[in-house]
Amino acid sequence: MNAHTPIPAGEAQIAFRNFNFFYGDFHALKNIHFEIARSKVTAFIGPSGCGKSTLLRTINRMYDLYPHQRAEGEILLDGQNLLDPRMDVAALRARVGMVFQKPTPFPMSIYDNIAFGVGLHERLSRADLDDRVEWALRKAALWDEVKDKLKQSGMSLSGGQQQRLCIARGIAVKPKVVLLDEPTSALDPIATARIEELIDELKDDFTIVIVTHNMQQAARISDYTAYMYLGELIEFGLTDQLFVNPRQKATEDYITGRFG
Amino acid sequence: MSTLVPAVDVESRASAPPRPAPRSKISGHLFTGLSTGFAWLALAVLLGILVALAVASWPAIETFGIGFLFSAEWNPPAERFGAVIPIYGTVVTSLIALIIAVPVSFGIALFLTELSPAWLRRPLGTAIELLAAIPSIVFGMWGLLVFVPIFAEVQPLLAATLGQIPLIGTLFTGPPMGIGLLCAGIILAIMIIPYIAAVMRDVFEVTPAMLKESAYGLGCTTWEVSWRVVLPYTKTGVIGGIMLGLGRALGETMAVTFVIGNTNFLNSASLFLPGNSITSALANEFGEAGPGLHTAALMELGLILFLITMVVLLLSKLLLMRLAASEGGR
Repeated sequence: MNAHTPIPAGEAQIAFRNFNFFYGDFHALKNIHFEIARSKVTAFIGPSGCGKSTLLRTINRMYDLYPHQRAEGEILLDGQNLLDPRMDVAALRARVGMVFQKPTPFPMSIYDNIAFGVGLHERLSRADLDDRVEWALRKAALWDEVKDKLKQSGMSLSGGQQQRLCIARGIAVKPKVVLLDEPTSALDPIATARIEELIDELKDDFTIVIVTHNMQQAARISDYTAYMYLGELIEFGLTDQLFVNPRQKATEDYITGRFG
Repeated sequence: MSTLVPAVDVESRASAPPRPAPRSKISGHLFTGLSTGFAWLALAVLLGILVALAVASWPAIETFGIGFLFSAEWNPPAERFGAVIPIYGTVVTSLIALIIAVPVSFGIALFLTELSPAWLRRPLGTAIELLAAIPSIVFGMWGLLVFVPIFAEVQPLLAATLGQIPLIGTLFTGPPMGIGLLCAGIILAIMIIPYIAAVMRDVFEVTPAMLKESAYGLGCTTWEVSWRVVLPYTKTGVIGGIMLGLGRALGETMAVTFVIGNTNFLNSASLFLPGNSITSALANEFGEAGPGLHTAALMELGLILFLITMVVLLLSKLLLMRLAASEGGR
């Protein structure tokens, strides 16, 4: 626990408290205890199978979809325990958006891809909905490329555009937190660079949590980094500090490429 | 580039004749020839049946002309034949079957892929597939001996509820005899549900988990994910499954013959009344039809059924093309 640099007081948006996670009998996340700062980018790194994706997917309770997966402890989102069984999961997911490893546009038009999620939570007039779609597409740096073909299928876009469409779709609902699960792993370097730029712009409005297998990416774009190994949070702190001056030998071995 | 591989060298290699490989060449030719032959054979059989039907029904076509399609009279002793009642029966019973079977199959497929506990999935899925293995004559006997008496008790209830709705009310009036068009449609629905449900389940299952999670991640309910994401994503397969069921319903003979009533009189829109279908007319009358106009008229019924099925297939292809076009290309 002493390897974790706490974030400045009052800046926590999400707090894990004695959090444990199980796939059936397998203890996948062990006693996770740290905080994620508001309006910052926090990266989860670690070797495959370390639990970084599992940890990310607890923040919007995606694991609820699958039987035999269960969580213990607390995850506080703005002070509210989101593991509470009385929690409205649909409303939670409106506050916590998610983008996946591969672009997953819905089989509908570009416009409807954005409007769909908005319509689940709000009743907007046509004009307001148009504004919201434009706002989200502008935020995702996609508007100029698609403004003349909003009626076309979302699947007709390139991979990088599809992924920005998915980001636009997520932020159109106006969440507080955006979860990114290896969002550039299926993209080429140019599309990856655009997404990274975008993440940097989005952190003014949203708290961003990103899982990445690419350490350079974590170093480039994140403010805080969590290094995980075998289901444990080994080290958490400012990215600059963790990469330049890790406190744990295990972290140093991983980031210098001696292992993993 | 040219310093690594001289251009002359590349060209000479490209224009050189391919190395001979006699054994693989012969088996390759044999394989190509056989599969091409089989494909053409299918087309030849199709055309052969079409021509044979047309030739055999020629006397009826010559005698009645286009009027055959618009006459409701079916009078073998007087040698006057019209196809309205069997065509109506075939189309209406198949439509009823679809209206019932499509939503039920969607529900079954949805339950099996999204809602069912894991231990129930296999037994339930297998049970539905086994339903497809029951011979149609068994469905017919079960329909006549078990379902019809029960249905005759239910019909007054339908008449008292659905029968009171304006416009569609007349469909649910009339004598509660059990047998009739509605009964045949329901039996057909039960018969085609396993086909449609199995196809729907298979295509729902191959929907990427990540696509569904994306929709759940926006705050969708299971219903919203299924209706607005999974169904549009799988629509080609779903329409294919529905067409498979419709094809089966249009062509089904034995089960329908048992419960449709087999009468060539129809003077009301009521679905409670007995009627006839193309396949039932053929099954019932072919044995006793003498050569001449009666046989030719039955042959023409067969030809019409063939054409109906073809038109349905064509329309579904058109529908799929329009859907693909409206999507702006995937």
